[in-house]
Amino acid sequence: METILECKNMIASYDGVKVLNSLSFSIKEGEFLAILGENGSGKSTLIKCLLGIKQLDSGTITMSDGLKPTDIGYLPQHTNLQKGFPATVSEVVISGCLGRRGFRPFYSPAEKKIARDAMERLGIADLAKRSCRELSGGQQQRMFLARAMCAAKKLLLLDEPVTGLDPNAQEEMYSLITELNQKDGMTVIMVSHDVVKSVDCADRILCLCSSDHSFFGTPEEYVGSHLGSKFLGGAK
Amino acid sequence: MNENIRLMFTPEFFGAILLPALIGGIAVTICSSLLGVTLVLKRYSMIGDGLSHIGYGALSVAAVMNLAPLKVALPVVIVAAFILLRLSESSKLSGDSAIALFSTTALAAGILVSSKAGLTNDVSHYMFGSILAMSKSDVILSAVLSVIVIFTFIFLYNRIFSVTFDENFARATGVNAGMYNMVFAILTAVTVVLGMMMMGALLISSLIVIPTITAMQICNSFKGVVLTSGAVSVASFLIGMMISLLFNTAPGASIVIINVVFFLIFSSLGRIMRRSGKA
Repeated sequence: METILECKNMIASYDGVKVLNSLSFSIKEGEFLAILGENGSGKSTLIKCLLGIKQLDSGTITMSDGLKPTDIGYLPQHTNLQKGFPATVSEVVISGCLGRRGFRPFYSPAEKKIARDAMERLGIADLAKRSCRELSGGQQQRMFLARAMCAAKKLLLLDEPVTGLDPNAQEEMYSLITELNQKDGMTVIMVSHDVVKSVDCADRILCLCSSDHSFFGTPEEYVGSHLGSKFLGGAK
Repeated sequence: MNENIRLMFTPEFFGAILLPALIGGIAVTICSSLLGVTLVLKRYSMIGDGLSHIGYGALSVAAVMNLAPLKVALPVVIVAAFILLRLSESSKLSGDSAIALFSTTALAAGILVSSKAGLTNDVSHYMFGSILAMSKSDVILSAVLSVIVIFTFIFLYNRIFSVTFDENFARATGVNAGMYNMVFAILTAVTVVLGMMMMGALLISSLIVIPTITAMQICNSFKGVVLTSGAVSVASFLIGMMISLLFNTAPGASIVIINVVFFLIFSSLGRIMRRSGKA
């Protein structure tokens, strides 16, 4: 399989403090990469670099031909929906198409179809005209995943997609994500605190640490590693 | 009252005073309600208020120094809008305290300068507004501005939605959110200065805030809120003007009160709609 994204010797800092220190990893088309790490280990900075919002101090990010940072379908961390924000589900979902439109002011029928398909795929088509302030946490997260799918050509980047959801909704979210990965062939990068679940779902694990060494490898290697046993704490 | 109505439609009054006031007023109310949607939803409502006080200070200083008021106030308020938005984004001073600091400083400076120069009468126009005294150039400027704001809004509508709803995501899809915030700062500054001459420094922020929160009572969609707030804003302006002419009340204050009446009506309507929706 073709490598879709390759990062070499990334160095980046946040507020003048170096948070990514010579980080290298790659992901192939159709793979599921889970990014683990404590708070402050540089996960958010890494995401910003991948999305092209933040410049690297040094190092390179190479994407397979044709893929641009704006083609990544991004699900931000706890998008705290502003209380009472007036927007329908379909308005939110279709805003994911914004990146593909250049400067044309309105959405084309093709883009409207992409949004409709994404909502159908995630089982929220019947909520399209509903106000997003009436949705449950799980429904909201599916709406944001649908928005990410509108932007995604091949790659989904999910930042803590299940945080704040109840256990049932978490389970649903995980099964949707693995389905998108396995059935639809979507490449997935997921940032998570859920070590057990990540080891379960992912093909590759990247574990960032506040100390200098980070881990990149398969889940089996991770479980056997020093870092893995520290985070799993004997759970596996 | 009949006498007032007859007077309103004499050619001298209607053509020379009322018509320009109506054109300028409708233009400014449309702009302020459109911009208001984003300002309210991004929690920047108080920026309008702060900017109007800064504008008041600038206009007073201009009046004392015998300079054209708009030429001084516009650049000053635009710069202030930039600084306030920047301060709201950075964390050193929280946004609302930054606004309080800036606006009271400018207000104090304005009052100090004008009271020293004995110009309180002229300057009080800017405190309470004087829509019937808008000059021809003010009216033309308002009309041009509103056309620019409306076109910007239509052309960038989807981007504005995205930046307002979720700035993080908008940046990730390649929208230059910083640039949009700047465009917004400029448009807001110009609207506030023009609105101030009409409604007064004390009341202009109501034009920005009230139509949006009124529309939010009954609308589920962003589009609905944008359209409804524009309509409510223009309707309140026209009704308020009518009342002020018929009963000799202060125009700015009458318009604000009508806006509040609309808010109360829409909020009860919203409550009824939600209740029947659930039942």
